[in-house]
Amino acid sequence: MASTTVTATTNVWSGGQSPFKVSYGKLMMWIFLLSDAFTFSALLVSYGMIRYSSESWPVPEEVFSAMPFYHGYAPLVFVGIMTFILILSSVTMVLAVEAGHRMDRKGVEKWMLWTIIGGLTFLSCQAWEWTHFIHGTGAGGANLQWNEYGPPAFAAFFFFITGFHGTHVFSGVVLNYIVYYNTVRGVYDRRGHYEMVEKVGLYWHFVDLVWVFVFTFFYLV
Amino acid sequence: MTDMENNNIVVQPVDKKKVRHLVNVALILFFVTVVEFIIAFTMASGGLRTTIFVVMTIVKAYYIVSEFMHLGHEVKPLRWSIIFPMILVMWLIAALIIEGNYIYLINLFN
Repeated sequence: MASTTVTATTNVWSGGQSPFKVSYGKLMMWIFLLSDAFTFSALLVSYGMIRYSSESWPVPEEVFSAMPFYHGYAPLVFVGIMTFILILSSVTMVLAVEAGHRMDRKGVEKWMLWTIIGGLTFLSCQAWEWTHFIHGTGAGGANLQWNEYGPPAFAAFFFFITGFHGTHVFSGVVLNYIVYYNTVRGVYDRRGHYEMVEKVGLYWHFVDLVWVFVFTFFYLV
Repeated sequence: MTDMENNNIVVQPVDKKKVRHLVNVALILFFVTVVEFIIAFTMASGGLRTTIFVVMTIVKAYYIVSEFMHLGHEVKPLRWSIIFPMILVMWLIAALIIEGNYIYLINLFN
């Protein structure tokens, strides 16, 4: 006790204690997410640069105006639904973390399962979105060489940015499933803490965070 | 043996205050997204609309990182280790967009 009061008054960087006050695993997850944020920043920044240097650029509302089971003009409605699904799965994730703090295995199982379902729904929506984008509206659609909506770079960025994000969602679902499986098997009960749920939670929220930026810079602006 | 260890686990009751706080953060995120949609359809695109979108995106990012990812409740060294590098990225964004605009102008007059 006496030693803790002594270290509290000295500089946090003078050694003998962790200046970050988080576990190794969580700190490394933060460092990884920071590096991942650089990658996504690079993609979005290059998108911005190409867009500003192009003579013309398609209006996203007109490109992304279709949705399943509805044959009309529904600008951004489908992508809006996707955004809400991802935010909702972030909420269920944070509730799983909260249940983990309380050592409530049933609660973690329930909320992790909802998070996995949310992630899979988002991926299915994205698959539909890609299919529609590639097949287009009868003018050749879009691929890496040809793009009926505007400059080919637009399609390239669409595939790269949403594809890279989708890969993250997919790996997030896989990680969530592994943690769900371990929870059901009682691994974290035996370990005595549910920190693993917090770590995959950080990753999952990051995926949601990236989508917030992709949504603004790719679909809204 | 496993059962014996499991018996030691005490499940705490739901912290209603914490859950309500999380739900409030989620409602803010929903609300901001809905407002973004309304602006997307009622406002002509331009510098002002883009600025509003960027500000609202930063608001959403703040709530996700600070509350959902719990960074707002971590110690100062960790908070700044994550935020400071991202502030430097802001400069990259500004620099390359200005540069892109310049390339556009060069192509226009050639």
